[in-house]
Amino acid sequence: MTRLGDLFDQRLEVVNLGLESFASTLRQVGAPTVHVDWTPPLEVESNARGVVRANSERIAAANARALARILAGMPQLVGMGLARDVIPGLTEDTLLHAGPPISWERMCGPMRGAVVGALLYEGRSRTQQEAERLAASGTIRFAPCHEHAAVGPMAGVVSPSMPVFIVKNAEFGNLAFATMNEGLGKVLRYGAFGEDVVRRLHWMADVLYPVLARALARLGSMDLKNVIAQALHMGDEVHNRNRAATSLFFRLVAPAIARTSSGEDAGSVLEFIHSNDHFFLNLSMAASKATLDAARGIADSSVAVVMARNGTDFGVQLAGTGDAWFTGPAEVPDALYFPGFSKADANPDIGDSAITETNGLGGFAIAASPAIVQFVGGGPADAIRYTTQMYEITAGENTTYQIPGLDFRGTPTGIDVVKVVEKAVLPFIDTGVAHKEPGIGQVGAGVLNAPAQPFVRAYEGLARVLQGGAR
Amino acid sequence: MVVASAGTLAGHIKKGAYFDSVTLMTIGRHVQGLPGVLDAAVVMGTPENRAILAASGLLLPEFEQARDTDLLIALKLAEAGRVETVLAEIDQQFQLARSRKTQGAEARPRSLDGALEVLPGANLALISVAGRYAADEARAALERGLHVMLFSDNVPIDQEIALKQLAAERGLLVMGPDCGTAIVNGVPLGFANVVPRGAIGVVAAAGTGLQEVTTLIARGGGGISQALGTGGRDIKAKVGGVSFATALEALADDPHTEVILLIAKPPDPLVAERLSAIVKNVTKPVVTLFLGDRGGAEAGPATLEEAALAALALWRGADLATGLAGLPGRGQDQLAEAERMAARLPASRRYLRGLFSGGTFCAEAQVILAQDTIAAGRGFPLLAPLFSNAPTGATARLDSALVSQAHTVVDLGEDEFTQGRPHPMIDYSLRLRRLAAEAADPEVAVVLLDVVLGYGSHEDPASELAPAIAAARDRVAVVCSVTGTEADPQSRSRTVRQLEAAGAVVAPSNAAACHLAGWIARLQEDRHLGNTEPPAIVHPQENRP
Repeated sequence: MTRLGDLFDQRLEVVNLGLESFASTLRQVGAPTVHVDWTPPLEVESNARGVVRANSERIAAANARALARILAGMPQLVGMGLARDVIPGLTEDTLLHAGPPISWERMCGPMRGAVVGALLYEGRSRTQQEAERLAASGTIRFAPCHEHAAVGPMAGVVSPSMPVFIVKNAEFGNLAFATMNEGLGKVLRYGAFGEDVVRRLHWMADVLYPVLARALARLGSMDLKNVIAQALHMGDEVHNRNRAATSLFFRLVAPAIARTSSGEDAGSVLEFIHSNDHFFLNLSMAASKATLDAARGIADSSVAVVMARNGTDFGVQLAGTGDAWFTGPAEVPDALYFPGFSKADANPDIGDSAITETNGLGGFAIAASPAIVQFVGGGPADAIRYTTQMYEITAGENTTYQIPGLDFRGTPTGIDVVKVVEKAVLPFIDTGVAHKEPGIGQVGAGVLNAPAQPFVRAYEGLARVLQGGAR
Repeated sequence: MVVASAGTLAGHIKKGAYFDSVTLMTIGRHVQGLPGVLDAAVVMGTPENRAILAASGLLLPEFEQARDTDLLIALKLAEAGRVETVLAEIDQQFQLARSRKTQGAEARPRSLDGALEVLPGANLALISVAGRYAADEARAALERGLHVMLFSDNVPIDQEIALKQLAAERGLLVMGPDCGTAIVNGVPLGFANVVPRGAIGVVAAAGTGLQEVTTLIARGGGGISQALGTGGRDIKAKVGGVSFATALEALADDPHTEVILLIAKPPDPLVAERLSAIVKNVTKPVVTLFLGDRGGAEAGPATLEEAALAALALWRGADLATGLAGLPGRGQDQLAEAERMAARLPASRRYLRGLFSGGTFCAEAQVILAQDTIAAGRGFPLLAPLFSNAPTGATARLDSALVSQAHTVVDLGEDEFTQGRPHPMIDYSLRLRRLAAEAADPEVAVVLLDVVLGYGSHEDPASELAPAIAAARDRVAVVCSVTGTEADPQSRSRTVRQLEAAGAVVAPSNAAACHLAGWIARLQEDRHLGNTEPPAIVHPQENRP
């Protein structure tokens, strides 16, 4: 008897792709049915699909290796240092920025503002005009944070005198770096560069940094993977909500700070951390960076190791395509805007913080964060649906980061660009929104789906590598 | 940023009313969209928020003393009179926010794999995505062990062949491409009617043919074990009848199927040979209708209706002749009815115009009107010349599908009509327009319509057709068939009543409707030609040994 004969003895259970009315009929007659919210795959170069399909087993095997390395990552906060001393290749004339490579000419307002602020902070210029001239002169080398094992939120500008956290992936030995979070309002990462901004940066270098560095030295190291896993159980997704993780961080460092710093410094530092719900964001980003960098250079893998935006372009890097960036225009997020602002004020998406989504956090873990799901314009059930959808485009599930509301299922981890393209399901990213003019700061927060083009190009890029390196 | 310049500023403090910032932003955004609101802020009274209000020109003096746990509402309105209305609306929004129900939990997977996570026991994929993507989805479904019903059309034939090859290797069935209907384990798929489960199994390479026989069997007191479609191309030489054979063999093995009914347009000769070889080894009765090609088996059924009656007779343990015994008497009645209807028409009105939504019905009409043995006794076809946009047999091709010539039957489900438009079983607008145009043609005697009920079809076709029929009834005869059952969502009897009330004559099957309409046109043509010799009815039944 064929399997068709077996079917006659089973209950008919149907997956419906296409006309939804057929699914309604099936539901009406009581047949178990799931309707697929189907969309055509993203369009790619004519032969790319064939090449990818022909190599599907190789890709799957490589992705399994990439995922294993991501899941094995053990990001530990091991200390702090000045950017010039610890970040490889960061010369005195280098400024790091968020996202894929970009020239001064193509930089968006907030990133230009942050560059100006950094040059003022470094004492390289005295005025905005002077800083802009210097930035445009060609003296300053702009480079992506991601190309220097670093990550920066929003504009993500890192200059040589800035103190940075040092995060070590204890499993593989690689390091990642991130600055300390400045708080909300008018801050450098949103392109603000006024006197108060620069003053705060100096305070961070002169007070916050030494206090924290001493405390961390006393602690030895801090297991960021553990902090993040706990925070997910406490309502964070560690991208747009870091309240729980920041509180955990505070609990861990406070005794060490009290033991290693004077009362006034300790008080001001603890106050600063307490008053900034996003203090942990830069650590969750550096932890993600350290984790994902260990999966670089795995031939044939279609797993993304970077998603990052510079406010002009959205860039993707894959485990299997070396240092190549695949880019497309960044989009303006749908967001909830602060009173007095609207979408017309918003800059296109910006920042390296999508490294959290790349690592199975942020928008991918939004079901863990009922307090912020209203940013998606819906309720907790919508958030569950968003996270659930992300399982469709990942290589697997996290073994440490879990979502209580999904019966402690691991978060969707390891974005597989082949799945993104073939299912036309784009990664879901939580984000803050910067004003498009420099110096104004944050104007809202929201969510967005990554643009399609970088993923299409990454898919095509992988196909070219697979074809060129046919073994 | 809005600067305070014009308008009325109004503020409100709610003491100790904590809401999270996102709820507040959501409500703030809603308030900003209300009529007459120039700017608004709904925030908790923290120092930071008060600073933001000050920057936006929305800081009222009474807010100065507010505490973190106080809710501040600042409004800038075009006119002061709207304050109470807007505040009331804000109150309502807060109540809504407090009582918001969890919603949207229903899974919305984005792909087959996502769906299989939700429904791991799925055993069939019903695919109706655009043709160029359909084969990829079907292949994925087969690879995951699912049977496939491929409703989509425009799937390239080489992809169809590859899919059916893969399915055969895995013991799976691919129904389609272009398979509009099936009933599996009693579950209607695509366009399908509500029929009782029973002992008659159907395999059809003709979609509306499957609907016609299953509903006629149901109305005749029988039931359906399985009704499997294959898509019309399956029985072409290139595809080789792979799905047809698989379905037939499965029904042959199925203990719940006592009689098998096969429906198709004439297959490729090699495919026909292959199928008949399988049929020879089937131990249960098999009724075969290759519409328009009886392959010399003159005793076999010639129409969908005869095929259904034959299957019913065999299921009841009777023979085929018993099953068809009622038809000659009905033929006599129909001729009398045709004479009555023709008597109302001027002699100049002599052409038949068939407007079909079902492709199989259009083909069956051609078999009956141009080739049927009813006319054989007269030595020439019932109606000639006959034109169609989907010609079979001796029928000529229409110069344009949009313009009828002499006797014409049109399949409105053909591509030229369905580009960018729903199928005519769903969207009646094209048929209604064509019906009016045909009635206005002074040479047209009768308009022939098929009305297909069931899931997927228009939810109330009579409501569309009745006014158009009423408008046409004084000029032409309107003859309809209604494919459906009482249990269909539209109810066959209710539909028939409405069509009859509008002035149509409703025949019990498409074949009967074709006979009646054909006779009306034949009688009118004879009048027009001055041929007064009464037509002789020779029903195939009477020719049989």
